[in-house]
Amino acid sequence: MYRYDSFDHKIQAERVVQFRDQVRRRLNDELSEDAFRILRLQNGLYMQIHAYMMRIAVPYGLVSSAQMRMFAHIARKYDRGYGHFTTRQNIQFNWLKLPDAPDILADLATVEMHANQTSGNCIRNITSDEFAGVAQDEIIDPRPYAEILRQWSTFHPEFAYLPRKFKFAITGAVNDRAAIAVHDIGLQAVKNAAGEVGFRVLVGGGLGRTPVIGVELCDFVPWQHLLTYSESVVRVYNEYGRRDNLYKARIKILVKALGIAEFKRQVEADWQFTKNGAGTITQAELDRVSAFFVAPNYQALSNVDLNTIDNPAFAGWVKRSVKAHKQAGYAAVVLSLKKTGIAPGDATAEQMDAAAELAEQFSFGELRITHMQNLVLADVQQSELFALWERAKKLGMATANIGLLTDMICCPGGDFCTLANARSIPLAKALAECFEDMDFQHDIGELEMNISGCINACGHHHVGHIGILGVDKDGEEWYQVQLGGAQGNDASLGKVIGRSFSFEQMPEVIARLLQVYVRERDDGERFIDTVRRIGLEPYKTEVYGTPIAADEALKAPDYELLKVGVAYDMPYYSPRF
Amino acid sequence: MIIKNKTVLNDDWQVLRLSEGELPESVLVQGARVIVPLKVWLAQREVLQARAELGVWLASDERAESLAEDIAKFAVIAVDFPKFADGRGYSIAHHLRVRLNYRGELRAIGEVLRDQIFYMQRAGFDAFAPRADKDCAEVLKGLSDFSLSYQASSDEALPLFRRVTRGL
Repeated sequence: MYRYDSFDHKIQAERVVQFRDQVRRRLNDELSEDAFRILRLQNGLYMQIHAYMMRIAVPYGLVSSAQMRMFAHIARKYDRGYGHFTTRQNIQFNWLKLPDAPDILADLATVEMHANQTSGNCIRNITSDEFAGVAQDEIIDPRPYAEILRQWSTFHPEFAYLPRKFKFAITGAVNDRAAIAVHDIGLQAVKNAAGEVGFRVLVGGGLGRTPVIGVELCDFVPWQHLLTYSESVVRVYNEYGRRDNLYKARIKILVKALGIAEFKRQVEADWQFTKNGAGTITQAELDRVSAFFVAPNYQALSNVDLNTIDNPAFAGWVKRSVKAHKQAGYAAVVLSLKKTGIAPGDATAEQMDAAAELAEQFSFGELRITHMQNLVLADVQQSELFALWERAKKLGMATANIGLLTDMICCPGGDFCTLANARSIPLAKALAECFEDMDFQHDIGELEMNISGCINACGHHHVGHIGILGVDKDGEEWYQVQLGGAQGNDASLGKVIGRSFSFEQMPEVIARLLQVYVRERDDGERFIDTVRRIGLEPYKTEVYGTPIAADEALKAPDYELLKVGVAYDMPYYSPRF
Repeated sequence: MIIKNKTVLNDDWQVLRLSEGELPESVLVQGARVIVPLKVWLAQREVLQARAELGVWLASDERAESLAEDIAKFAVIAVDFPKFADGRGYSIAHHLRVRLNYRGELRAIGEVLRDQIFYMQRAGFDAFAPRADKDCAEVLKGLSDFSLSYQASSDEALPLFRRVTRGL
């Protein structure tokens, strides 16, 4: 993976000094909260319901064991012993104090990490394929380009105060696992007829209030021009994106307003001034960065037959968690952070330390964080899978549910987030408990169920096969259900099935949706394909046909919102307290 | 007082802002060294171009290209930041420096604060008139937040990867 040189270290060290001084001025009240808010957000620091939350960048989802141990250290020293992995491959800590924030950044810098631009109206952390470098369907390893983009976007002076946030995703594989169609800029590395590398550029995708699938801005931007071209896209957005209405400020609204042809014309007109200029990526720089992403020291092995395992539990785990690898004898392994009863994507300090150790023992000391909120060990010898499984089981990270119903994407929701309308984590828990039977889940097969506690869609509900959205009705929480969303190459946005449901009705609603699937599915047909084939009507009929009883058991304290006092050292209005 | 060339100095340029009811074509431009709004320049160009020295300022929703024909006429061009979070001024500066090749004084006015002027300088500003309640000496400190940057920009012709031997 990429390692900092003295220049990277120096830039990050100066960032820590800068932020330490900004925090000092805030604590002295030399800086108002209004002025400070934007500065702290660009260092990943939010004020949430109970305390400050920091979102730490994990560039393109790749971490070393040393970095994972640093997360454990932060969890123990500054937080409450756990962290939350996010859909943008980052990690968040929920229980921080403002005076500690500069120390956390300083600690992170010792392992070449930061929280730069993980929030705010700037270019955010760049996400990528969690199987980059090992996937069998990969054409080009996107990581060197992602790192070059990371450096270019870090403290870019022109783009720190955009109309709204700006997200890049990049993939180099046939199958898109980076959700590039729902990003402000989605990049697909491709080769042209001459074998040269370039990027198909999508623009204006996104979830949130106005979900949009990105459209193609250019079918081939040669890699040398990646930065100058991207810069022109962001510049046109910076100049013309709406600033009068927060909800209409993303680039997708601008692209829709101008039309893709006019938007493209403006981008290319701007690009003429910088194309072939100093921002053009040199072969030397690409070579330098690419050298950090060469394949590890694989042994010459042959593939092990994984289809004839006689231990059913192990076989079930292999089927869900073990992914094909381009190197014979190796596999990529997904460690599930979706054990029933645990908030999806959460890991304790002990799990982080243990995962770091597993990575060292089984996978060259590296891990990836997936946008599905799980961990990946990308380079495991197939002959060691059984040993790894036994260890992962003891750590609670071997639930054989990857890609199944309980492998839910879930935002922090009403328990932590000031924006949320409804609880997400308790709902995920209630649903997981209801459907956790593994035989049932295997029978249902591939299913993505995504939960967002509000319209901002951190839980990607629009692209869930089943999408659940928390909505507020007269101060009460309700849940709207969508069907037919999907990520990947055939990305689509879900459609709402009808009026919303109470928390206690949700397990029955999901059960009815699954009953329709079981009744209507063709042989081998996935849930999403059945929805696409038969449409929403049969599901609506089933769900709304008879009254839906509330599950009284879900009124137990187990499912209640976290009730904890605020831990702020600054005066702050919290929506709950 | 303003910040220019990384020092605090006295400055006698006056920024003309239209009050309610004043019109660009009829507002009286007084004083020797005035920075007029773009709209006033466009409306009173015949008269104003006779002046020995003139400045013009752009609002954040105005375009650098509006000055393309006249760029050599101004002793100072200013860009207004109505709020520090309105980042359009950075791209206006880029256009003035890169597209229009403007080499004269480029001044940031409006909500100009310590924690933004490092990026402003990088984007092409070389003079800063901090918000009236701010102490220039304090704001000036913001210019030394970083000694090093990744990207090429107006203050640095080459990106880091062309400027140094990386990997050391």
